[in-house]
Amino acid sequence: MTLFQATGLQKRFGSRVVLENITLGIEEGTVHGIMGPNGAGKTTCFHLLTGHHAPDAGSIVFAGQDIAGLPPHRIARLGVARSFQIMNLFDDTVVIENVMLALPAFKAQTGRIFGNGFADRRLIDSALEVLDMVGLAGSAWSKTKSLSYGDRRALEIAVALAAEPRIVFLDEPTSGLGVEATRALAALIRRLRTRFTICLIEHDMRFLFGLADRISVIHWGQVITEGTPAELMANKWVARSSLKEAV
Amino acid sequence: MNLSDIPPKGGSPFTLPMAAFLMLLLLAPFLVARFGLYHYLAIEIAIWIIFAMGFNLLFGYTGLHSFGHGAYLGIGAYAFGLFQHNVSTSLWGGLGAALLAAMVAGGFVALFLSHRRGIYFALLSIAFGQIFWFSSIKLHRVTGGEDGLLGIPRPPLQIGNVAVTLADNRIFYWFVAALAALVVIGLWRVVNSPFGRVLQAIRQNEMRARFVGYDVWRWKWLAFTISATFAGLAGALLAMAQNSAYPDVMSLHQSGLVVMMVLVGGGLVNFWGPILGVLLYFLAREVLGSLTETWLLWYGLMFVVMVMVRPEGLAGLIGTAARREAPAPPARIVETTP
Ligand SMILES: Nc1ncnc2c1ncn2[C@@H]1O[C@H](COP(=O)(O)OP(=O)(O)OP(=O)(O)O)[C@@H](O)[C@H]1O
Ligand SMILES: [Mg+2]
Repeated sequence: MTLFQATGLQKRFGSRVVLENITLGIEEGTVHGIMGPNGAGKTTCFHLLTGHHAPDAGSIVFAGQDIAGLPPHRIARLGVARSFQIMNLFDDTVVIENVMLALPAFKAQTGRIFGNGFADRRLIDSALEVLDMVGLAGSAWSKTKSLSYGDRRALEIAVALAAEPRIVFLDEPTSGLGVEATRALAALIRRLRTRFTICLIEHDMRFLFGLADRISVIHWGQVITEGTPAELMANKWVARSSLKEAV
Repeated sequence: MNLSDIPPKGGSPFTLPMAAFLMLLLLAPFLVARFGLYHYLAIEIAIWIIFAMGFNLLFGYTGLHSFGHGAYLGIGAYAFGLFQHNVSTSLWGGLGAALLAAMVAGGFVALFLSHRRGIYFALLSIAFGQIFWFSSIKLHRVTGGEDGLLGIPRPPLQIGNVAVTLADNRIFYWFVAALAALVVIGLWRVVNSPFGRVLQAIRQNEMRARFVGYDVWRWKWLAFTISATFAGLAGALLAMAQNSAYPDVMSLHQSGLVVMMVLVGGGLVNFWGPILGVLLYFLAREVLGSLTETWLLWYGLMFVVMVMVRPEGLAGLIGTAARREAPAPPARIVETTP
């Protein structure tokens, strides 16, 4: 079943057309990769899909509902979560609070002005469970600022997962990670794919081709080709752009 | 050190600093008498504590820098007075009217402010503050113009069949102090509740909060409206204290004063910062003011030095000193105080 379908997306900033015509279908339960050169419009595409920008034209359907132009918090509450290319965390607080703020069970009690939600053992336990998935349970009570770069990347993903989404968008999760951390992340995504539909932007081809079921290549604001990793390997464009050697 | 330092485990508001604060409220009348100051000073301090603490929910906790909050202090004062003059002489009625008026005015202004932040938010908050201030001067028939609204009574406090008169400043102080205690205990709970943690999340990263699923606009609206309501309460008490309400209460000067108190006290890094700031201001006024007419200049200079040398304010200073005494924190927790 197609969980997420974007059709004919267009986005201009002033006179600059960044997205010309993006059509993207993501099947439930798959890992969908997005690649393309710098400045191709990949992040902008994620911004449209998750509500940061409204598209100038085109439709976005998630689980049968048209979400194009909805504000980010509405889209998020429907079950769409994302991480950011440039890290975006709650930096003044401890690690676990980042995750707690995203838990649906926590969001359900934010109206309680005098409540004491943080004393709720079950909330802390679910937050720890999410942190454990990305290997951060041991740093739960550390300050967010004190985390290493790689751990911050992992926390980005944990915050997305904590919302118990149906689909997770990850914008270059391996960027800046070393070999070991990249390998750990690949293992994590393999574990996550049984529970979430995942769409990720990646420059690291070895990483992406090893994980994705399907891959869309974005260039000049369009999806220039789409297919399984095997199909893409045989593709002229991909071959020519020397992506092949990387694999 | 920062405002979100209390780990998300919740807890009881009855901490050591809270005990110290309540003790201070209890002893204030005796302290002012001991140092030869007048009773009214204690009332003023308690009122400004309510104002500054409510203000810091917006300023420090939510990170929205309003420079026009004097307006809501004034609206509370006028609403209380107008209620006494035109509706009935009633303490709770007047307080209710003041809260409601400040809440409605704040809620209205917040409609225009809530999608802004940073300098635009600040400028708009000033602009609206000035509109209210200007109106209070021009709406002569309602507000008494520059002469102010005079002869506002202090209605008695009705407890069952007993009516306690508040005309005496010594008794009125206990009423104001009780409200200040309630406000501070309440706010302590609020900032550490899920509600308060969301406000702080918005301060830390508005974009992340939005993508986690929070309607940031609505939260900012709420924070502004709530803090305006606290200002309204302080304003009503001020009207009772002064038996009058003047446009001056709404002026940019008062709005700036509360910002200064919060910053000097360390409201950006500590829950107790605004209270320290209020105390420091009034002590400076009394002590420096008895020495020189230009005390405000010296206070201003102190403010400048403080912001340059210790941007985290008095609370930050005390916090640093306390940490030096305290055993080293576990190695994993790296202090990143700039
Ligand atoms: N808000 C904006 N206003 C104007 N131009 C923008 C805006 N956002 C993105 N752009 C432009 O759109 C183009 C695509 O940017 P985008 O960030 O989507 O690329 P990307 O494919 O994610 O690149 P990278 O691989 O470097 O992350 C860039 O040329 C960028 O300058
Ligand atoms: Mg990008």
